[in-house]
Amino acid sequence: MKKFGNFVANDNLNFEVYEGEIFGFLGANGAGKTTAIRILSGLSESTSGEVIVAGYNAKKQPEQIKKNIGYMCQKFSLYADLTVKENIMLYGGIYGMRKALIRERTDILLNKLNFREYGDRFISDLPLGLKQKLAFSVAVMHEPKIVFLDEPTGGVDPITRRQFWEMIYETAARDITVFVTTHYMDEAEYCDRISIMSEGKIVALDTPVELKKQYDAESVEEVFVKIARPGNTPHPTPISSRGEGE
Amino acid sequence: MQKIIESSGISKKFGNTQALKDISFDVSEGEIFGFIGPDGAGKTTLFRIIATLLIPDEGKMEVLGLDSVSGFRELRKNIGYMPGRFSLYQDLSVEENLNFYATVFGTTVKENYDLISDIYSHIEPFRKRLAGKLSGGMKQKLALSCALIHKPGLLILDEPTTGVDAVSRAEFWGILRKLRQHNITIIVSTPYMDEAMKCDRVALIQEGYILSINQPEKIREGFSRKLFSIKAPEKYKLINALRSYPGTVTAYPFGDSVHVTFTDDKFNDSIYDYLGKMGISNVVISESRAGIEDRFLELMEKGTKA
Repeated sequence: MKKFGNFVANDNLNFEVYEGEIFGFLGANGAGKTTAIRILSGLSESTSGEVIVAGYNAKKQPEQIKKNIGYMCQKFSLYADLTVKENIMLYGGIYGMRKALIRERTDILLNKLNFREYGDRFISDLPLGLKQKLAFSVAVMHEPKIVFLDEPTGGVDPITRRQFWEMIYETAARDITVFVTTHYMDEAEYCDRISIMSEGKIVALDTPVELKKQYDAESVEEVFVKIARPGNTPHPTPISSRGEGE
Repeated sequence: MQKIIESSGISKKFGNTQALKDISFDVSEGEIFGFIGPDGAGKTTLFRIIATLLIPDEGKMEVLGLDSVSGFRELRKNIGYMPGRFSLYQDLSVEENLNFYATVFGTTVKENYDLISDIYSHIEPFRKRLAGKLSGGMKQKLALSCALIHKPGLLILDEPTTGVDAVSRAEFWGILRKLRQHNITIIVSTPYMDEAMKCDRVALIQEGYILSINQPEKIREGFSRKLFSIKAPEKYKLINALRSYPGTVTAYPFGDSVHVTFTDDKFNDSIYDYLGKMGISNVVISESRAGIEDRFLELMEKGTKA
């Protein structure tokens, strides 16, 4: 199988993510998720260790990485004072796509989302759910090898949340890797595999089904509460059953 | 039991946007009452009306026996409001924030310390630290302490757990349950459906309308069809296949399975054949119990069809 990441930070963060995989990256607030994503996307450098993303070395070829990844976060992704079409043009340009290709993809994208009528609307006039779906579509319009989604579904209604996950499934089925963080623990169950980070370390990494078995839990939420912040729980899990990093 | 909030026919418009439409509900003393709904549903607008910060276009809001418009001065002394975004002074220390809020409400930290001691004791070791330098979980505890320091009759918490990790959220709900022992009535809003189960009663809210009000257990029971949980290794294929199956009413992904309803509330073996023909094998079907979110989806669908 193709290796997408082999990421070692100074606290020995080791993991691999595969092509077409939906990988859930979980952790308590301040566990180090954002730092890790910034390193993986070539925005900041790790102090030690080696990071390979989409086949490129993060230290030596950060620009190559940026061309081959997509990124979307809940807080900001699209320019509110540009129209839908203008945003698509802008991002297409940033991703280095040819004009003709951008036009072609814009059509496909708007049709797929049933967005025709919204093409000339300003982003600020769109409901949150539409914005999030559009932001995701834009993040993968250049067919990246991997897309990073940082809490993409915060605050959206349950129907939109599901439509969003179906878009994620569809993307993964096209062999694009999806790397996603979320605070909705039930969403973690949608992922092929999940990792749970605590204090800069990965304390668990496996399929949701395996993790639930391992920690004798009914849901990922239960697993998370048990291990995500060992210092804060009254009955910390013994070290022996916690070490799961590869 | 005494009614702490009585809302009848509250509506509010901002320009052309109908933020709230005909909102009626009541909250009894000592209840934890939850408003569950996505961003833009109207939760914050409603809470601002309850907190006397906004005037409704229509309807009547009575809080703690006072009209929220004419009795706002008196009312403000008796409510504790923790807004979603800001409630702490970042450049004041933990201790200074708490003293400030106590003074504004004409009381002292000492007088009501027993009410907040459970919560405040977690952050007291950092009392000299600036509020801006606290972690998210600690900020939340300080904001709650500040909202409680004048022993309000009603505590209004606007999305206290949004963006907060699952561990801190569990902790926070533990704190709220303890507060109930002090007979403080709490209204709380959240976009997390699973938190509904932690409330005594909840209102599901969407686009300014209340979809349903009841005890969380009763809301689940309101689900009108038999629900089936279907699993197969290839989820995306499975969802699409189930949608195209003639007997399917709804099919929504839920974690590692798909929640499905069928026209006659049952399925026959033909579905295995159907899915098999679509190239889907290792299908596991079981009857499932509807959760709050299933019901929310059902009510949303009815809303859009109506």
